[in-house]
Amino acid sequence: MIRRAMLALLCLVPAAALVRAQQVSFDRLLHPEKEPQNWTSYSGSLFNQRFSPLTQITTANVKNLDLQWVWQSKSLEKFEATALVVDGVLYTLQGPPVQGVYEVVALDAVTGRPFWTLEYKPQLAARTCCGRVSRGLAILGDTLYMGTIDAHLVAIDAKTGKIVWDVAAAKLGEKVTEKYAITHAPVVVKDKIIVGMAGGDLGVRAYISAFDSKDGRELWRFYTIPGKGEPGNETWSGNSWETGGAGVWNSGAYDAETNLVYFGTGNPAPDWDGRERLGDNLYSDSVVALDADTGKLRWHYQFTPHDEVDYDSTQVPVLADIPWQGKLRKVMLWANRNGLAYVIDRTSGEFLLGKPYVKVNWMDGFDPKGRPIRIPGQIPTPQGTLIMPTVLGATNWAPPSYSPRTGLFYVSLWENTGTVAVEGGRPRAAGIPNGTPMGQATLTPNFKKEEEGYGAIRALDPKTLDKKWEFKMNDITWGGVLTTASDVLFSGGKEGYFFALDARSGDLLWKVPLGGQVNSGPMTYSVNGKQYVTVAAGSSLFAFALRP
Amino acid sequence: MRALTTSVLVLLAALLAGGPVAARPQHDTAADIDDGGRVFRDTCANCHGPDGDEVAGIDLGRGVFRRAKTDQDLVQIIREGIPGTAMPASNFAAAQAEQIVAYLRSVAAGKRSASGLGVIDRGRAVFDGKGACATCHRVNASGARLGPDLSNIGQLRRAVELETSIVNPSAEVLATNRTYRVISKDGTTTTGRLLNLDSFTVQMLDSKEQLRSFEKSTLRSYGFVDQSPMPSYKDKLNAQELADVVSYLVSLKGRVTP
Repeated sequence: MIRRAMLALLCLVPAAALVRAQQVSFDRLLHPEKEPQNWTSYSGSLFNQRFSPLTQITTANVKNLDLQWVWQSKSLEKFEATALVVDGVLYTLQGPPVQGVYEVVALDAVTGRPFWTLEYKPQLAARTCCGRVSRGLAILGDTLYMGTIDAHLVAIDAKTGKIVWDVAAAKLGEKVTEKYAITHAPVVVKDKIIVGMAGGDLGVRAYISAFDSKDGRELWRFYTIPGKGEPGNETWSGNSWETGGAGVWNSGAYDAETNLVYFGTGNPAPDWDGRERLGDNLYSDSVVALDADTGKLRWHYQFTPHDEVDYDSTQVPVLADIPWQGKLRKVMLWANRNGLAYVIDRTSGEFLLGKPYVKVNWMDGFDPKGRPIRIPGQIPTPQGTLIMPTVLGATNWAPPSYSPRTGLFYVSLWENTGTVAVEGGRPRAAGIPNGTPMGQATLTPNFKKEEEGYGAIRALDPKTLDKKWEFKMNDITWGGVLTTASDVLFSGGKEGYFFALDARSGDLLWKVPLGGQVNSGPMTYSVNGKQYVTVAAGSSLFAFALRP
Repeated sequence: MRALTTSVLVLLAALLAGGPVAARPQHDTAADIDDGGRVFRDTCANCHGPDGDEVAGIDLGRGVFRRAKTDQDLVQIIREGIPGTAMPASNFAAAQAEQIVAYLRSVAAGKRSASGLGVIDRGRAVFDGKGACATCHRVNASGARLGPDLSNIGQLRRAVELETSIVNPSAEVLATNRTYRVISKDGTTTTGRLLNLDSFTVQMLDSKEQLRSFEKSTLRSYGFVDQSPMPSYKDKLNAQELADVVSYLVSLKGRVTP
């Protein structure tokens, strides 16, 4: 009898381990390397390297990956979120269909069985330009944080799925409030939850705000467009700054040493017609470095001054310490939608290096301060000008990866793409004869020739920004990149494959067709010594592990 | 920069290519242009003509307007009409009107049908008889599947484009109608209409109307066939026959449900 009871108890141990308190201190978020079994923030660390120390899945055995479980969402929106895993529990969410609800779930990371599901309905007036998506949750303590397309910030009890607090992050009384949205995973810094407002294409004046993690009180706000009298406001003609966009719709990074939080900002509005907003249009298409305690701007770097081609700079900032001219240097790596890759000193904002990483025809070189030198005439014209890369970018929001082991920066990108930019009109498609350019959940046929545009994973050497290798796809990709300490790289694309590459050579090691477009960034975790890797495709989340 | 030239030309050519209808994104796509063209031919062409030049003083396909100066002007006119003229207001959403404008802007200026007016019934007879078009094409579930189904080609293409396709089939091939060829490791060649292409596989309808799927790793070679498999009818049809066939094709607007 006692023996049977003991056996029963032993059986309970793993389950108990799974549900042990998911108290995630900020120190845990700062040091994810101490708990490689977990994935505690959107890109795995506040440096956004999307690199995991896990090594069970190797270049030799990755071919033995097997499906473990699938979670299917009700919503058929693009599934762009990267899940979090804390001590055996996986948290993720899926964006709401029109008039529908967000689904926020806590799943057993081993079996995919749900602990709880929260359905959250945004206001019907919520508007987004490009999909009712969410790219992820954040966690602090035992609370999850979600931004919504109606610009609410919601705190959720990680153990029960009940709402702890829910604040309108774009407060009533704000001009064009209904045009704001939050589509990215919030960034946790100390006791603050930091989010940026999307809506640049809808003519908002966007901002980044920090909220008190305990009660949702707004603690500071930084407008991505300076107000009247503030430095930078003079870069907008007339009153164009009031509706100048510069939305923020992807996660930022945080460096505890500098206490700076870094976010990329979006295009100036209106997107394609700069005649009413003459000037550089600061701080659109920039990276801004803000004091995490006060929200004060410490430095900025503008990637595309006076953008008329919609080159949002909302890529995920990747922080790394790399050898640079004989010394270790604290840098930020950035593959931008405008087709240029950058190395920037993240302590000062100094431009160190910039170089096209795809075909670019709107600029040729940089001035000594790192300002791109435009090619005359490569601007929107009445008859249309072909500008490369496309308005949808050489890359877009899909999160890249940096491996400290290989020292390489991995980017999912589009090559050979362009847009015909028309003065005063909408840009015309070029190079994507049959695309679903903003991404879809379901598969769409592809007929493209390589010269009309293709997707790829490219490994760039941060010291030179030269290409080390490339893995080509026939179709374009919205898939993010994950690398591991066993030099395995995971990604996917619009073709619906999830695949593994050798991070050192780019050789294909394994692939599986998932039946829907991969619009997410993969992540990995382990439970009870078994490593899993997940990716969302279509409107479902898939988990793989090595077969026994 | 020289390397860019080829890509630029190819990309510009791709402007004219079509594809499946997709959810409308924030920018004009080939699908937007296709959708706009469809609406134009269904609605606007009733008064403006299939080439947009049948109202005096207006040539929509060449950017000749009486009042509009910008895309926004055109969208407004499409939606609100012009009071006191024959141009009525419409129920089009702004996005639909923008697609029509995208289509008009994409139409190659200066290209016009040279074949004049034809007679639909005579064109049907040429299509079924001398032209033997049904050997490859299908209309309302009759004919072969090797070439594009033409049941609603009148909604998809303008007269000038149809005429070009008949006399010079390789001049412009929609992306959805491209021909692909694979050669297996044992040397067997299969050619067909490309249905889908990804990094690892190819799907096509082969010359025997069989659905075929190939893994690239099993092939010796694979690639697009640039020349259209359709023969030119330049010297096979006289001008009147050509005009008749074009008129017949323009009349094909999809199966009418009883």
